[in-house]
Amino acid sequence: MKVLVPVKRVLDYNLKVRVKPDQSGVDLSNLKMSMNPFCEIAVEEAVRLKEKGAATEIVAVSIGPDQAQETIRTALAMGADRGILVKADAEMEPLAVAKILEAVVAEEAPGLVILGKQAIDDDSNQTGQMLAALLDWPQATFASQITLDGGKATVVREVDGGLQTVAVELPAVVTTDLRLNEPRYASLPNIMKAKKKPIDLKTPADYGVDAAPRLQVVKVTEPPKRQGGAKVKTVDELVDKLKNEAGVL
Amino acid sequence: MAVLVIAEHDNASLKEATAKVVAAAKAIGGDVDVLVAGHNAAPAAQAAAKLDGVRKVLHADGQSLAKQLAEALDALVTPLMTGYDAVLFPASTSGKNAAPRIAARLDVMQISGVIGVLGPDLFVRPIYAGNAILTVRATDAKKVLTVQPTAFKAVGGGGEAPVETIAAPAGPFKAAFVAEELSKSDRPELTGAKRVVSGGRALGSEAEFKAVIEPLADRLGAAVGASRAAVDAGYAPNDYQVGQTGKVVAPELYVAVGISGAIQHLAGMKDSKIIVAINKDEEAPIFQIADYGLVADYKTAVPELMAALTKAGV
Repeated sequence: MKVLVPVKRVLDYNLKVRVKPDQSGVDLSNLKMSMNPFCEIAVEEAVRLKEKGAATEIVAVSIGPDQAQETIRTALAMGADRGILVKADAEMEPLAVAKILEAVVAEEAPGLVILGKQAIDDDSNQTGQMLAALLDWPQATFASQITLDGGKATVVREVDGGLQTVAVELPAVVTTDLRLNEPRYASLPNIMKAKKKPIDLKTPADYGVDAAPRLQVVKVTEPPKRQGGAKVKTVDELVDKLKNEAGVL
Repeated sequence: MAVLVIAEHDNASLKEATAKVVAAAKAIGGDVDVLVAGHNAAPAAQAAAKLDGVRKVLHADGQSLAKQLAEALDALVTPLMTGYDAVLFPASTSGKNAAPRIAARLDVMQISGVIGVLGPDLFVRPIYAGNAILTVRATDAKKVLTVQPTAFKAVGGGGEAPVETIAAPAGPFKAAFVAEELSKSDRPELTGAKRVVSGGRALGSEAEFKAVIEPLADRLGAAVGASRAAVDAGYAPNDYQVGQTGKVVAPELYVAVGISGAIQHLAGMKDSKIIVAINKDEEAPIFQIADYGLVADYKTAVPELMAALTKAGV
């Protein structure tokens, strides 16, 4: 079974986010970009499925600028077999991404699509669910455990009340939560090998997808600053302040 | 203009998040209907009918809706949308799961985690774990939103909306519920709690988390939360996680014990009214946003706090 793993290039999660003074967006110039952490978990899971013999081929796809090839190379170094870059310089909304992925799925015919539950830049948490809808496939979001068994996947999901297990018929879309696995670091030999793995270059137009945005950014601003930083010296002082100053006890 | 709100409920009862999402719907304007999709969910539907400002409650009841899986909600809600201009889900795991599926069916770009409604097509939402705030105009004819309940004040009760029964989708669907393992607790529900006590990695073990955080929470009548680090380390279950990818809380009192205050944790709690931080590392970032920071080892500070609460007659 072939597994398709969409991956996204985002601002490295360790870096401080700076809003542009003209309020047009977040400043990404000359900053380190990395694979979205939830996508790393998706790649890792696909590689583990291949190591267990449940998957035969892993295709990593990214939709983004030329530099997103680096993100695909990271996936290849972790163990994906080949890549597809759908080149798009403008920021792509989840609906457009899902439509492109729908077309990629039509070409590649994977038995499973595994992707991150959300990207840590726009925090939308939409693409996987949208892709499942467009394909009319079942979905298992926020996965913390995936078991493949014949024609179905049994997935433990992280939900508000605890854990929920669902069984989905394959092909299906699964989105990853934090506790699914701990992604590996690519070894140097694997990084070298990844350089020789093929990456196909495509555009949204190749797939006939209209990627025009549906949302207009009016402004991006700094969040309101919280007034904090006051210290108390003792527990008694804390209780006194909570009771008499803040009035929350 | 008509807006459909998808109720958050567990069949037996309506969650307070619903009343908050109704408030967001009223800010959009027009008639507000509430859909209660469940199994044996009449109590939840009756409760929804009492929410102030609701025109009517749609109640779909059937086995296929017992766990509100996305495939069944899609089959139910998508056809209903011919009669609505907008649909609002709470940004719960259930809402986050189902809403984008319905948005894609409608060819609509969803707006996630809305914290402000400025007009019928103008919305505010956090991005980058709340480190930037995006104001966005939606150009699609229909709107699909998930709403961050903590950002809205719940509408009151006293309404008497009619409850209209509609058919549940028959199925079968390609996804099936197998089992669930829900945290059982008499404590208040985390996202709606007035007080929250959270523990972090400093606790060091599941046993220590239980021995320190839970008694303090119970002493304060608080819900229990945890940082991602504590959940990843197995000290607390996943549904305790507060943060960017976990739960967003905004209680009156948030007590962070042994939590350093990573950005992604702050994203889930920085709208709390009063934040208390107890940490022995005085450089911990949590102190920058805490109203009352106590630089101390939790091992001595928490028992002292329990005693001081008693002494103060709390």
